Amino acid sequence: MVIKCRTISKGKARGELIVSNELLSFLGGVNPNTGEVIDSNHELKGKFIKDKILFIPGGKGSTVGSYVIFQMKKNNVAPRAIICLNAEPIIATGAIISDIPMVDLPESTEGLVNGVKVEVNGEDGEITIL
Amino acid sequence: MYLNKEEERMYDGFYGDTVRKSMEILVALGDIYDAEKLVNITSAQISGVSYKTIGDAGLEYLEDLASDKNLNRESVAKVPSTLNPAGTDLDNWESLGFPPKFSKKQNEIVDAYGMLGISKTCTCTPYLVGNVPKFRDHVAWSESSAVAYVNSVIGARTNREGGPGALAAAICGKTPMYGYHLEENRKANLLIELETPISGIDYGALGYMVGKEVGSGVPYFVLKNDSTNTELKALGAALASSGAVALYHIENETPEYDSAGKNELIKNNNKILITDSDIKNTCENLTNSSKNEADLVCLGCPHASLEEIKDIANIVKNKEIKNDLWVCTSINVKAASDRMGYTKIIESAGGHIVCDTCMVVAPIEDMGYETIGVNSAKAANYVPSMCGLDVIFDEAKNLIKFKS
Repeated sequence: MVIKCRTISKGKARGELIVSNELLSFLGGVNPNTGEVIDSNHELKGKFIKDKILFIPGGKGSTVGSYVIFQMKKNNVAPRAIICLNAEPIIATGAIISDIPMVDLPESTEGLVNGVKVEVNGEDGEITIL
Repeated sequence: MYLNKEEERMYDGFYGDTVRKSMEILVALGDIYDAEKLVNITSAQISGVSYKTIGDAGLEYLEDLASDKNLNRESVAKVPSTLNPAGTDLDNWESLGFPPKFSKKQNEIVDAYGMLGISKTCTCTPYLVGNVPKFRDHVAWSESSAVAYVNSVIGARTNREGGPGALAAAICGKTPMYGYHLEENRKANLLIELETPISGIDYGALGYMVGKEVGSGVPYFVLKNDSTNTELKALGAALASSGAVALYHIENETPEYDSAGKNELIKNNNKILITDSDIKNTCENLTNSSKNEADLVCLGCPHASLEEIKDIANIVKNKEIKNDLWVCTSINVKAASDRMGYTKIIESAGGHIVCDTCMVVAPIEDMGYETIGVNSAKAANYVPSMCGLDVIFDEAKNLIKFKS
């Protein structure tokens, strides 16, 4: 099944979805050395987003969050791709500077649940459920 | 978003990765904010400079960009661009007592920006040192107080850019056209009338109060007196720190006041009156220390003009200062102050002119200070949260204490 989206950051990646309905701040919310979510108020607290396809409504917090995403990529603990309902500048910029494929505004979110394998295509603006 | 042929080439990597990534950032931001197209800019001002805020991650990103093999004259800054304050005095960090490891990293960050063609002038008042757009120019600035100044006092057009977005704009010479770049978004939405004349730190208190009230709106002030540029610098800084104000108008002072829609505001009774006691109370509330004296008096937020340094020199001339005193400014204004003899007067009294940095982005909490004296409402707002220190908010002449 293919879901149309908007391209934010180019590139393609496959992986397992990790999903949250809460906005995420990368600065202070994610450990850039391990990829673990450390914001104690976040529903993903204690989960690792390393090598996952992260699906969240969007980002929040400091614009320095963009650089935290970049540092995660350098440390090989970044998500393989990011899907947002509505992209905002912090995560969008972070994904672009880190060469992480990213899309937003999915036409449908049906089937986009934890553990499902998907391909994010940031070239054509598509998510494929595998 | 519409891209012309040249912009398409930049987006597709024709000019290398640094330009491609920068263009990708601009296109993504444009899409997020529903911009129809990009607009050419004449100037950029870039935040995300202090090692305290961007850390090793930011440094690595900048070094990556600067080491692009395709980096050539096409991939460095296309328009005059300056940097926000750094975390240390880049040249004199050692004698001023800044931590060595921090200062070394800080210089690496600024050097990486320099490799990208950005001027290594680190200041929040670029409009005092030659990065001065014209009326109605489109620009991409990110320091919030400078955004307020350039939009309001100069009448150029910018949004409140994030650090990487402003850098991308500098590298491409373009920014997405939305928000304050469009005429229709520059109208005022709250009229603020002053009951009495104000001066000095009152401007910061006024900005602090109104910023909380309007959030990201556009205030229109009717003052009882004329303002100096220094006072407008303080007003905008405070508006942009307690709120997210990018643009304000002052009747008979700023260039766009007569097209700001004052009559609409009056018709809708969209106005507030600010009294003398409102200002006084706000001044008092900006102090959160119970002490009478600051360990460190830190002036120059936003960075001091030559006129402010002259006033400070007059206060301390032939005296011995009890507190530590920093006057923060740019290297350009410091050079002028050196030549005028103000620097020598201040140093002889025991104070320092500190370049490139300020009390908000320097690691002052690691330098043994507890109570900071400031004449800036912006600094009074940020120092407790960003540095965890207490502040006294007052005029410079009351903050500086002398040995008897």
